[in-house]
Amino acid sequence: MKNPLDSLWGTVVCGLIVTAVLYLAVKNFLM
Amino acid sequence: MDLVPAIARWVHFLAGVMWVGLLYYFNFVQIPALKAAAADGTAAGITKHVAPRALLYFRWSSIVTWLAGAAILGGNFVGAFTLQKGLAGIGVGAWLGTIMLINVWALIWPNQQKILGLKPATDEEKNKARRVALLTSRANMMLSIPMLFFMAGGWSHRALFGL
Repeated sequence: MKNPLDSLWGTVVCGLIVTAVLYLAVKNFLM
Repeated sequence: MDLVPAIARWVHFLAGVMWVGLLYYFNFVQIPALKAAAADGTAAGITKHVAPRALLYFRWSSIVTWLAGAAILGGNFVGAFTLQKGLAGIGVGAWLGTIMLINVWALIWPNQQKILGLKPATDEEKNKARRVALLTSRANMMLSIPMLFFMAGGWSHRALFGL
């Protein structure tokens, strides 16, 4: 599998996914 | 004293804009430009005159940003980093910023020194350094997206967290 960080827009998409995952984690478990 | 967090917040924004601005410059502008410049033999102009200056402001603004951020947290520093209730949002932002700072000083800068010839390295070491520096820079760009989401989490984020 290709590393998504090799692509600029792959990096941006990964960042958005990490944001969603962390948001849900903070909202559901830490707030 | 209320003046310290107020000035720290201002400095945090100034230095943070420079740090993340240069991070985006590297990823959106310089890396693709170097690829094109290497093809027509003009990459030296970037690697000799532009990259070292950009890296200088990039790495020192990361330190100033982190220190000013720590000053803003003040007595909430430990609570934020241990993700206590009410501080978890900013705590996640602080952790992401800290990981990015470590990446700058432990991975990006030492490898960039080899790439730019500021530190002796064989061609093989330079090639490895290019790969590590690129992936770390990309990782920081990826982390900057959630980092800014949580850092900017003020009143506007209350609805998002159901508060």
